[in-house]
Amino acid sequence: MNREEIITAVKDIIHTIAPDEELSNLAADVRLRDQIELDSMDFLDIVMELRKRYGVQIPEEDYKELATLDGCVSYLGPKLQGKALKVGV
Amino acid sequence: MPELPRIVITGVGLASPNGSSLPEFRQALLSGRSGVRRYSVRHVGETLAGVCEFDALRWQKRKELRRGTRAGSLGIYCAGEALRDAGLELAALPRARTGVYIGTTEHGNVETENQIHEVAQYQFDLSYWSHHHNPRTVANNPAGEVSLAFGLTGPAYCIGAACAAGNLGLIHAAQMLQLGEIDLALGGGVSESIHTFGIFASFRAQGALASHADPARASRPFDKARNGIVVSEGGCLYVVERLEDARRRGARVLAELIGWAVNSDAADFVLPLAERQNECMRAALARARLEPGEIDIVSSHATATPLGDQQECEALRAVFGDSARTRVNNTKSFIGHTMGAAGALELAGNLPSFQDGLVHPTINVDELDPACEVRNLVLGRPQELGRVDTLLNLSFGMLGINSAVVVRRAGS
Repeated sequence: MNREEIITAVKDIIHTIAPDEELSNLAADVRLRDQIELDSMDFLDIVMELRKRYGVQIPEEDYKELATLDGCVSYLGPKLQGKALKVGV
Repeated sequence: MPELPRIVITGVGLASPNGSSLPEFRQALLSGRSGVRRYSVRHVGETLAGVCEFDALRWQKRKELRRGTRAGSLGIYCAGEALRDAGLELAALPRARTGVYIGTTEHGNVETENQIHEVAQYQFDLSYWSHHHNPRTVANNPAGEVSLAFGLTGPAYCIGAACAAGNLGLIHAAQMLQLGEIDLALGGGVSESIHTFGIFASFRAQGALASHADPARASRPFDKARNGIVVSEGGCLYVVERLEDARRRGARVLAELIGWAVNSDAADFVLPLAERQNECMRAALARARLEPGEIDIVSSHATATPLGDQQECEALRAVFGDSARTRVNNTKSFIGHTMGAAGALELAGNLPSFQDGLVHPTINVDELDPACEVRNLVLGRPQELGRVDTLLNLSFGMLGINSAVVVRRAGS
């Protein structure tokens, strides 16, 4: 997956978890939790969806890497290499 | 015993398979409209159920709906509608002095089944087990969700009482108001049971799950050919207050709760017992200081199991056999068995009789079972009484729990 696909993948997961939030104008370099309402349970949902959709296991100590969309791209990039984007699951 | 404060109902919020408000529900009961339909559930396949169609997003955001449970959502909808019906502004609620008491038959099965189904797709790797499981399955979940949704900081918990639970939520609300623990209560019951396959499978294993070619005719208490329970979801919460508080705020009073009783058979896990039901009814009447002959309508519990209906009818004959005035009806014949909501919903369906003077019937009796013959059983179509002053609402459940609630029209 390239950068755009990873961002689409993460946003699609966030949309499932926080369907009331507007995601089209999310800045990639600002913490997600500073832009939309996401609490720790939501964050665990994101991790769970990444696991279910892409088989990506994320250890707890790495959760901080997913704070921004840019962070998601750098951290998930190698793990999502060669995997197909799944949206609207 | 000291004179206790008088307790009144000032608002109703409900979700029934045949109506999402009291006027809609009442209209369905007077026009003979069933809420039972074909329904499919995991592992069980095609069966029948009562399914609610209330607008869950009226009082919840999509995210809250996703995070919570169906029972929580039913509770929130009913609470919001009840508060509005009672003319209470959310901003002006005595939040710390409001109690939420929700009866449930069971809770947690839906989420547990869902999670097991989920991890089964991943060879039971428990890293796929949801962090939502515990907050969704704790026994206080529906009441807790109501407290969160409306910012109510008083006591909020559930009362597990099998199929008597709807009455128990209301009774508990009245008791807490009389004790002065709270100043306002939401009391009643909810059930999300149609979302678990276990309840259908267990009734089927017990030979107590209804089947019929026509879904609307499947729930048939007292009929000779009745063959079991139609499982339904639903909810009903009342705003309950002390009469003096209701008067002070100029509230419209729907009914006064004048008596109740709860007892136990101490006899069997599933089989009911007419003798204890009889005692329960008489205890509720005694608290209400009424004789059986002073009750206008008995809202029966009958679920359409062969033995259950028979036992209840035996108890009804013993208590009301000499009362020419008393009519008996049944609401499950329209909506199936809404489990934890049943007691509260069935009382609600009858409350408008104080205004319209009608008794809704029990439907689907083609041939009355001689063992279910009860004096003044209202069959097929509504009966006009002109004036209704008193109601007795019955709700019984597994492990032998019995409950009875007596209400009377406001101002009588």
